[in-house]
Amino acid sequence: MDKRNLKGWLYLLPAIIFLGVFVVYPLIDVFVYSFEEGYNSVSQTFFGVGGYNYSYVLHDPYFLQALKNTFILVVITVPVSTVLSLLISVGLSSIKKLREMYQTIFFLPYVTNTLAVGLVFMVLFKETPYSDGLINLIIQFFGFSGVDFISGPYWAKMLVLCVYTIWVVMPFKILILTSALASVNQNYYNAAKVDGTGKWRVFSKITLPMISPMMFYLIITGFIGAFKAYSDAVALFGTNLNAAEMNTIVGYIYDMLYGDSGGYPSFASAAAVILFVIVLTITTINLLVSKKHVHY
Amino acid sequence: MDKKGKLIKTITYSLLTLWAIGVLFPFYWMILTSFKSYSSYNGEFVPKFYVTSPTLQNYVDSFTTVPLGQYLLNTIIFTVATTAIMLIVIIPAAFAFSRLQFKGKNLVFTLFLSLMMIPNELVIITNFMTVTALDLRNTFTGLILPSVTSVFYIYLLKENFAQIPDELYYAAKVDGTGDFKYLWKVMLPICKPTVVTITILKVIECWNSYVWPRLITDDAAYYLVSNGIQEIRENGFGRENIPAMMAAVVVISVPLVVLFLIFRKKIMEGVARGGTKG
Repeated sequence: MDKRNLKGWLYLLPAIIFLGVFVVYPLIDVFVYSFEEGYNSVSQTFFGVGGYNYSYVLHDPYFLQALKNTFILVVITVPVSTVLSLLISVGLSSIKKLREMYQTIFFLPYVTNTLAVGLVFMVLFKETPYSDGLINLIIQFFGFSGVDFISGPYWAKMLVLCVYTIWVVMPFKILILTSALASVNQNYYNAAKVDGTGKWRVFSKITLPMISPMMFYLIITGFIGAFKAYSDAVALFGTNLNAAEMNTIVGYIYDMLYGDSGGYPSFASAAAVILFVIVLTITTINLLVSKKHVHY
Repeated sequence: MDKKGKLIKTITYSLLTLWAIGVLFPFYWMILTSFKSYSSYNGEFVPKFYVTSPTLQNYVDSFTTVPLGQYLLNTIIFTVATTAIMLIVIIPAAFAFSRLQFKGKNLVFTLFLSLMMIPNELVIITNFMTVTALDLRNTFTGLILPSVTSVFYIYLLKENFAQIPDELYYAAKVDGTGDFKYLWKVMLPICKPTVVTITILKVIECWNSYVWPRLITDDAAYYLVSNGIQEIRENGFGRENIPAMMAAVVVISVPLVVLFLIFRKKIMEGVARGGTKG
């Protein structure tokens, strides 16, 4: 019996070591860091213990900017991408011809490098001395005046960030929703057909309830993902996000840790804990709401 | 088909095509621009949708003026090593959870699952401090080690292992086959599709990883493609040489797009089973 026990643990050992060193220990440590005041990363010493790091972060204009940006991003991209992907998935499920081709194309952004393709978006949206950029030329074609989306006004930068974020997250949502739609039992539709039920009624009374668990899964993961936005912003505006007023909470954490403004792991830890609390709160609210509306 | 049905069909196809154009256009634009010469690109106030005299100069530039080849090589080393070590770590773990009986198994498994909820942002700070303290910055070891375990993939593999009937295991036992040999000769071949899926998903994740490499490397000799493209953008060809940048973007994007087109079904299935954008 003892030998069997040992063997089991032996097979698990590598995984336990790695998870222990790189997940469990850091998890405890981040809370410790966040309460150590005046931590010096060179001498690894600190003055005292308390909530100063939190108060510093919560009063830091850069953090408040990042908080605002992240919330705007979440509020815009989550609903828009969810509704859009539902629309596209319903369209996809209703056709037979060319369906595989469309599915393949729609999934492409998932396998592309966010940083690399972001550069293409930057080129499309940016105004340079040589050209106003393709998007601006299109806007001007319709008689409006162009705007520099990459280094211009705040709303314009936010708009590109939202557009790019939606472009990046759509493949996952479309994939999940098309497979959810495909798994709805055909008998329900056949029964509705016998009853002569209208298309909209079928959609709202059968399809939507049947895929509602997956919808909520997408909304929850969508919220979590959007709150952690970072590399999309870097791809569009470069690494100095504070200067571009386009930083996100995650970006703030990394900036505090490393780079020109770095060297403050305690502030970074406090910000990370704040982010965690926000995400946890939103997820809990989502779960509570889903209990009321989701049909399992 | 009645008139209304036809109309709906037309609208559906137009909508899908519209989105397809939206998805494909950036790819078209990067390829198109990468074949334009520097002077012709900057000479077009209204950019042309075709190339009059295509040039490969930008591709030559991305391998000669900036170390794109080095970035690619680094990324390949990183991807192969991380994926290989991960498989070595997770396969025995999944085997232990699905096949072996030992005290505390269920407790450990529950603990493992609860670790799936931990966001990367929480643990990355200490990992950064750890790796810095160990003097592993700007090394492959420092890049690779934190990302060689994935509870989710252990879970996926364990579920698959558990579907293999017990009778096979007992039969092997009677024949005197050891656990390790059973895992290697029977379980892995049966579960090959899942292992392949996990491998591909991990490769995609590695190829696109940006945050950890950025924190842990500031020596361009160790940059991966994501950091490389950022470096190229900020200090590479000069800010205005967009065509050369686009050539670099194409070079970075092509390997994954090819991988995707080959393993399309597997990748989409794997992601649908619970992958999220890493």
